[in-house]
Amino acid sequence: MQNLNELNEKIASIKQEILDNADALKSSRSVYECRKTFLDSKKGKIGQLMKEMRNIPNDQKADFGKAVNAAKEWAGQFFDELDEKLKAEEQKLRYESEKIDISMPAMRTRYGNLHPITTVRNQLTDIFASMGFSVYEGTEIEKDYYNFTALNTPQDHPARDMQDTFYLSPEFLLRTQTSAGQIHVMESQKPPIKIISPGKVFRSDDDATHSPMFSQMEGLVVDEGITLCDLKGMLDLFVKQIFGENTTTRLRPSYFPFTEPSVEVDVSCFQCGGQGCRLCKGTGWIEVLGAGVVNKKVLENCGIDSERYSGFAFGLGLERIAMLKYGINNIKLLFESDLRVLDQIDD
Amino acid sequence: MLVPLSWLKEYVDIDVTPEVLEEKLFSCGFEVEERYQVGKDISNIVVGYVESCEPIPDTHLHVCMVNVGADEPLQICCGADNVQAGGKYPVALVGATVYATARDHKTVEGVMTIKKGKLRGYASHGMLCSGVELGLSEDLYPGAGYNGLLVLPEDTEIGADVKELTGLNDWLFDIAITANRPDCQSIFGIAREVAAVLGKEVKMPALDYTETEVKKEGFQVTVDAPDLCPRYSAHYVYDVQIKESPAWMKKRLALVGIGSISNIVDITNYILKELGQPMHAFDCNYLEGNAINVRRAGEGEKIVTLDEKEFTLSSSNLVICDGVKPVALAGIMGGLNSEIRDTTTEVMFESAKFARDNIRKSSRALGQSSDSSARYAKGVDEYATVMAMKRALHLIEELECGKVSSTHADVNTGNSLEPREMKASIRKINGVLGITVPEEEILTILKGLDFAPEINGDELTIQVPAYREDMEDYPDIAEEVIRMYGYDHIESAFMPTAKVTLGGLNPVQKTTLKIKKALCSVGVFEGMHYSFFSPSDLDEMGFAPDAPERHAIRLINPINEDLSLMRTTLAPQMIHAMGRNQKRGILDGRIFEVGNRFIPGELPLTDYPDERETLCVGIFGKNESFFTLKGIAETVADCLNLTFTYEAAQKPFLHPYQTASISCNGLEIGYLGKVTYEIQKEESMRVSAYVMEIDLKSLYPYYGISPVFQPLPKFAEEKRDLALVMDKTVTCGEVESCIKDACRFVTNVTLFDVYEGQQIAADKKSMAFTVLFTPDEEEFTTESVDGYVKTILKKLGKTLNVELRQ
Repeated sequence: MQNLNELNEKIASIKQEILDNADALKSSRSVYECRKTFLDSKKGKIGQLMKEMRNIPNDQKADFGKAVNAAKEWAGQFFDELDEKLKAEEQKLRYESEKIDISMPAMRTRYGNLHPITTVRNQLTDIFASMGFSVYEGTEIEKDYYNFTALNTPQDHPARDMQDTFYLSPEFLLRTQTSAGQIHVMESQKPPIKIISPGKVFRSDDDATHSPMFSQMEGLVVDEGITLCDLKGMLDLFVKQIFGENTTTRLRPSYFPFTEPSVEVDVSCFQCGGQGCRLCKGTGWIEVLGAGVVNKKVLENCGIDSERYSGFAFGLGLERIAMLKYGINNIKLLFESDLRVLDQIDD
Repeated sequence: MLVPLSWLKEYVDIDVTPEVLEEKLFSCGFEVEERYQVGKDISNIVVGYVESCEPIPDTHLHVCMVNVGADEPLQICCGADNVQAGGKYPVALVGATVYATARDHKTVEGVMTIKKGKLRGYASHGMLCSGVELGLSEDLYPGAGYNGLLVLPEDTEIGADVKELTGLNDWLFDIAITANRPDCQSIFGIAREVAAVLGKEVKMPALDYTETEVKKEGFQVTVDAPDLCPRYSAHYVYDVQIKESPAWMKKRLALVGIGSISNIVDITNYILKELGQPMHAFDCNYLEGNAINVRRAGEGEKIVTLDEKEFTLSSSNLVICDGVKPVALAGIMGGLNSEIRDTTTEVMFESAKFARDNIRKSSRALGQSSDSSARYAKGVDEYATVMAMKRALHLIEELECGKVSSTHADVNTGNSLEPREMKASIRKINGVLGITVPEEEILTILKGLDFAPEINGDELTIQVPAYREDMEDYPDIAEEVIRMYGYDHIESAFMPTAKVTLGGLNPVQKTTLKIKKALCSVGVFEGMHYSFFSPSDLDEMGFAPDAPERHAIRLINPINEDLSLMRTTLAPQMIHAMGRNQKRGILDGRIFEVGNRFIPGELPLTDYPDERETLCVGIFGKNESFFTLKGIAETVADCLNLTFTYEAAQKPFLHPYQTASISCNGLEIGYLGKVTYEIQKEESMRVSAYVMEIDLKSLYPYYGISPVFQPLPKFAEEKRDLALVMDKTVTCGEVESCIKDACRFVTNVTLFDVYEGQQIAADKKSMAFTVLFTPDEEEFTTESVDGYVKTILKKLGKTLNVELRQ
């Protein structure tokens, strides 16, 4: 090559060649290959033009260089644009090829559930913990004394009968009520006492509505000046949190050996709001727990000064709460570990 | 307890509706479980006068024109044999409901509604009724027992309501009585409460009678067991004429479900219901020795009771004897030998208080019970015992069925029947309630309950009637006051006088919950099983006779053998649960339970057993394996920030080569493994199951320990992958420990591949591990790490004959 004219012709032909080749370039890869053919600094067709520099007259060398660089720039830009366009197309194709049926099932590790009784127990525990109650868990096997005698249940009381209580020896039995925990707490701790005691209890009953093992939660407050009004106030707060803001309570007389006075506590039916429905058997009220002012003999049995201190206690069945809350119709379902049941209660 | 309103009205002037009475009873502590009309199924029955009655040819039927007080008489067809013109009968109008009867016209087969009908072409606008069709028996209404139409008296008003006429409009209250109020286990007892709650006077039943001079000379009553029989009254009645009881008595007994037998027996039953005192009447002709003796039975002594059952007794049973032999099982049932018969001419009445516990135990032990024993088991007071005898003697005279002699005995332990004085502070009574009940209210309430109250300053004095054995202290008075004053007066407060306490779970409880939640997060569902299980579970698991699992606490009185042992392992019930799920078509799942195992010291128990909180996990399904269960164990370890180690182990119910013990800091805390194929088959499992137990109680010391932050390494860690070849018998665990032991910088060794096959020798396998080196003071160089690898390989070669794979 001798002069600029020749160079310009050469450049024009290379440009034409690039443009001719371009139609055949369908992939980013081929663009890259093609780009090398023209722009590789050593072997590329444009790159090689620089080698001609030595044959160019000195006064034209600057223009020669500019022209080659302009061609390089043009070609580089051309390939960049082409590459960008092809890459966009390729990306589009890739997305299209990866189209999925999003209605197909999820791939996941299932999340297990806590048992409905644990769930109810946790809910109750949270509520009472926020009121300053700590949680005492007694033993399932208990001495007769703690389950009955200390709770002012006289020796010939029907509740002690062999039909109701499982005995393990003359002295030991399976606790029939979590109230047994009251005594242990009061023996080891002096007022102020605020505890709940959840746990399994046992009675010799086995039919559609009774299970020989079920769960209770006992509550106990002992301090100065505790009255029936405090029991009512605490229960009002508690039932609103469990059964809803509009729930109200009703106390009615009952009998437990370890409380005097004793009350049965009903809540307004949370299904019908008190109008009467199947759940509340048309009465508008649902019986949920038993309670009362701690019998002063029970305090005295534990060495607590009944002149100075008084208290209230309450006990409720966790299965009953769970069954009411979730509409479970058969208590036995709670002890069968049927995964179709366990899978449903996720609260 | 069933209480007919009509009977109650004998003692109290009740001027409120049955609904209001129910509410009043409920509010003062007597829950009415059911309230219903005697003729609840019967409606629209009026008195009809048969004006004409013509036979329908070739049938037993008659077509009658019946005046029911309407403008026009009704044409009614009737098949009864006693229908006749001029008679008055109950007419079920169209739309009425009556009992449908079977072909025998006696057996009730449900309720039917009367419709217009046609018999043999004759229209019939109603039905003439029998007693049975109205639910009436002969005892409830004389004449109703006849198998034909119920004939109504001639003077009854045509068109009048038959329910009213026959007492079918009476109400029955089924009342629940709490255990502290045995004095209310009678209609009169309830009447006292009703009077109090309505503010009325209670009318005492008549107790008067006249004793004649006639004596039964030398008659003696002795009580050898005053602990079981604190009071025994006997009274001799002669010139007895056994006959039917009057209609009013039969009706009342029928209302509470007791069939009439004869005047003497009915009197005892009537008093049981009226006053709550069981009574017994002996035929004196059959009492030998002119004496009554109350004593414990001799061992092996026998008695035949009224229902002709023979019992062999022991010294724990109380018997009533004449001078020679037992004549009654005390409080439970009289003896056949001295029962009242049609020929009875002289009677010894018994009214006694027996210890309730003894009667209950005897009744249960002998399997013999009666209304009397049920009543005694609830507790009878001596006030009623004495009152009942007077009432019985009064009824003897009223029913004119005998004469009251002057021979009687009242053997007692000196308990007073007079009211006892009790004093209490008004301030304390109000202190229990948390409100101030006005003094006038307190006085009115306690007066209504016959406590004869007086207030002097803060001091309240009451006279407690002898039947109120439940009244012991001021909280009892508080209860009496508030149940009558009304619990709606109690105002909500929130322990204004109480001290602030901190609440919440303790560290063990918190950690247990944390473990449970962690298990949920890896797809395990919480189940709950009984704390007792079956001896057959231990057999099924194949525990050896001397296995510790067999050292279990037995229930003395289990519901059945399957629920007779306190569990020593949670695995059998978990395995059953997995089997149960598979039988129901659930073929994969994960279940856990946290519950106690009961580990006794000596048996029978002399001390509290060790209740060990234990975690049991069961998994089953085609994607589960020993290693997925091991992963769950690791989740528990992570949750507690602990490291568990595993050793091959054996359990009779687990696969011999897929079972491991789990240890933590050198202490064995549990096991995991695959359930044997034998047990899988026994449980009808379709997919394999795996089970794990971890004794959580041994992990308590690690609960609630806050983790200590380890500073991050100052220099970069290095990882090297080593593919190793070894004998098939070498375990992953052995290689891992060997690598760790060989170099102090190794902080983690993870297996990532296992290969057995053509590319290596037949007795060899290849395992590939990633080894993590963590530097301490100095930065690693390639050469230093290469050096550690060399050391490791050397040790592997020497101790386990493991080589680098070429």
